[in-house]
Amino acid sequence: MSETLLTVDHLSTTFALRGKGLFAPPVALKAVNDVSFDLRAGETLGIVGESGCGKSTLGRSILRLIEPTGGRVVWQGRDLTALSASEMRKARRDLSIIFQDPIASLDPRMTVADIIAEPLRVADPSLDRKARRARVLKAMDEVGLAPEMASRYPHEFSGGQAQRIGIARAIITEPKLIVCDEPVSALDVSIQAQIVNLLKSLKERMGLTLIFISHDLSVVRLVSDRILVLYLGRVVELGPRSEVFAHPAHPYTRALLSAAPIPDPVVARGREHVVLRGDPPSPINPPSGCAFRTRCPIAKPVCAETAPPLIEVGVAHRSACLFAEEVLAMGPPTGNFSASANA
Amino acid sequence: MSIASESVARNETHVMQKGSPLLALENYTIAFATPDGTVQAVNGLDLTVAAGETVAIVGESGSGKSQTFNGVFGLLARNATTGGTAKLNGRDLLSMRPKDLDRVRGEDMAMVFQDPMTALNPAMKIKRQLAETLEVHHGVKRREAEAKALEMLKKVGIPEAERRIEQYPHELSGGMRQRVVIAMALLCRPKLIVADEPTTALDVTIQAQILDLFRDLTADFGTALVLITHDLGVVAGIADRVAVMYAGRIVEEAAVDALFARPAMPYTAALMRSIPRVDREVEAVEPIAGRPPNLIHPPAGCPFNPRCRFAEDKCRRERPPLAEVEPGRRAACWFPFIDAAAGTAGETPAEAPHV
Repeated sequence: MSETLLTVDHLSTTFALRGKGLFAPPVALKAVNDVSFDLRAGETLGIVGESGCGKSTLGRSILRLIEPTGGRVVWQGRDLTALSASEMRKARRDLSIIFQDPIASLDPRMTVADIIAEPLRVADPSLDRKARRARVLKAMDEVGLAPEMASRYPHEFSGGQAQRIGIARAIITEPKLIVCDEPVSALDVSIQAQIVNLLKSLKERMGLTLIFISHDLSVVRLVSDRILVLYLGRVVELGPRSEVFAHPAHPYTRALLSAAPIPDPVVARGREHVVLRGDPPSPINPPSGCAFRTRCPIAKPVCAETAPPLIEVGVAHRSACLFAEEVLAMGPPTGNFSASANA
Repeated sequence: MSIASESVARNETHVMQKGSPLLALENYTIAFATPDGTVQAVNGLDLTVAAGETVAIVGESGSGKSQTFNGVFGLLARNATTGGTAKLNGRDLLSMRPKDLDRVRGEDMAMVFQDPMTALNPAMKIKRQLAETLEVHHGVKRREAEAKALEMLKKVGIPEAERRIEQYPHELSGGMRQRVVIAMALLCRPKLIVADEPTTALDVTIQAQILDLFRDLTADFGTALVLITHDLGVVAGIADRVAVMYAGRIVEEAAVDALFARPAMPYTAALMRSIPRVDREVEAVEPIAGRPPNLIHPPAGCPFNPRCRFAEDKCRRERPPLAEVEPGRRAACWFPFIDAAAGTAGETPAEAPHV
């Protein structure tokens, strides 16, 4: 087994919101609540959950783009949360991020070459112009951008091309870890596949480790080795891809799977529908005990008492449900979520 | 339940009207004049929607799927010109006076947009927005209109409807707002609802709720639904019939099962191979190379030919018409996959009979 690159250890990020009224005390919003996991070199971890569940905040807190308020992020043995600003800047050459909106994440007044070169100016200020230029062209080549595009501006590019620019910028420092925050969600389906395949091939070629954040379960299933399911800032399920999809052990995961559209009318008609009641509760005032219990189809009175811990339910497969065994016994919400089905 | 009995009555009138479609687009064209030239956004479209039917319009951005129906509702930008006809119950919407079109919209047909906030007035309580529709279109008295609004909110599954109806749109979640917009669309009992990416902005669990709602409501009210979407998964779960658009044209149209079982047009097949599936473990998807064409200077011949791996000389020279390639299926392709043995999404099209 390859080395552990990253250990996220009881990480929490709490935002202080203004209370209602002028003199009301601030209200705490726990966007990320006591999240722990390890990441091995070369692995892709998919983080899934609905909007507002804290998946982007988690990704950014790991990179300290948002300062976490508790816990540690141990990167190759060093606690990133304890680093000074200048030490963190140095560490950043290994850590990178790709954003969802490809156009909005690019400065409209910079040329493509300048955008891609920027992380390098910070990481390797001693590089001369010529060397920097060579690195930019190499990165552009890696992501499939023609060299003559270097002097153009972001608005001249389509969404798919702009995302390639964002990826070139992310790989220019030859990082080890890239957090991909909904990298294909804004793209058309036929372009999504191009970008997903590009990320997969870059990962192979450069030996990258990826954290892939998405609300789209089918894309996550395609790219990830392991899956982490978040609900209201907490990990509710964590496990190998084939286990989580074929043997979901948390009722929320099961509900997500049953709601994900399947492009096959025959399967779509025959599948089980777990209809969740209502909307996710507010993270400002989450329910007591298990946060999912207000929408859970199998909730019992005991679920309101304590927040269930993540417990082992299979090999490297953990669930934060008191009734995980019951959920496992239900099987996946369609007849055909198994790992082997390929036809 | 009065609504159920009314919908039965309505269905009977549908049976009587059988043969003439509810909505018929014929040689329908939309062009935009821009400084760079004329953009042919929609080009010679022929499409019918029968009463009570759910038709999905699938395509990527720029395929013309939204513009087609913006045109039907008279919502195009000022630099647009339309051609052909778009008839609802035999009356051409394109040549209608604005006043008459106003009556048709909301009364006979209604639209649901992707972002519910664009359809809701942020400064108006839910109650007023809903009741207003009935007051304006049906001359219903205020109190009665509000009672009907409340009833409809309950029908679309809004919990605590009595409390919600007194709130403003910003106090509701995205899924709840979309339910309000759907309630608003249904209030006048239109025969046609056009929903443009109605669930794209919503989370999957909420999306599933809204799609269930559409399924139930079209069945209960006998409303025809046109669902515009880029998501083939959504299509598979709800549509009776599917039209695939590419570069301003319909390139394939078939019943939903037939389309997914074996697409006839290479673009449809390629689209299906390019999407991952939540219910299967696949290691790779197959992207479609290149990008959709520029609609100011579309390629000669078939608009998909530059990206089609089966393109031959004929495809680069002559544009294939949308023609019936087998009963119930139309395709715009010189070499459609129509043999029962070929062209399914999982197979390599190299096995297609024409190669």
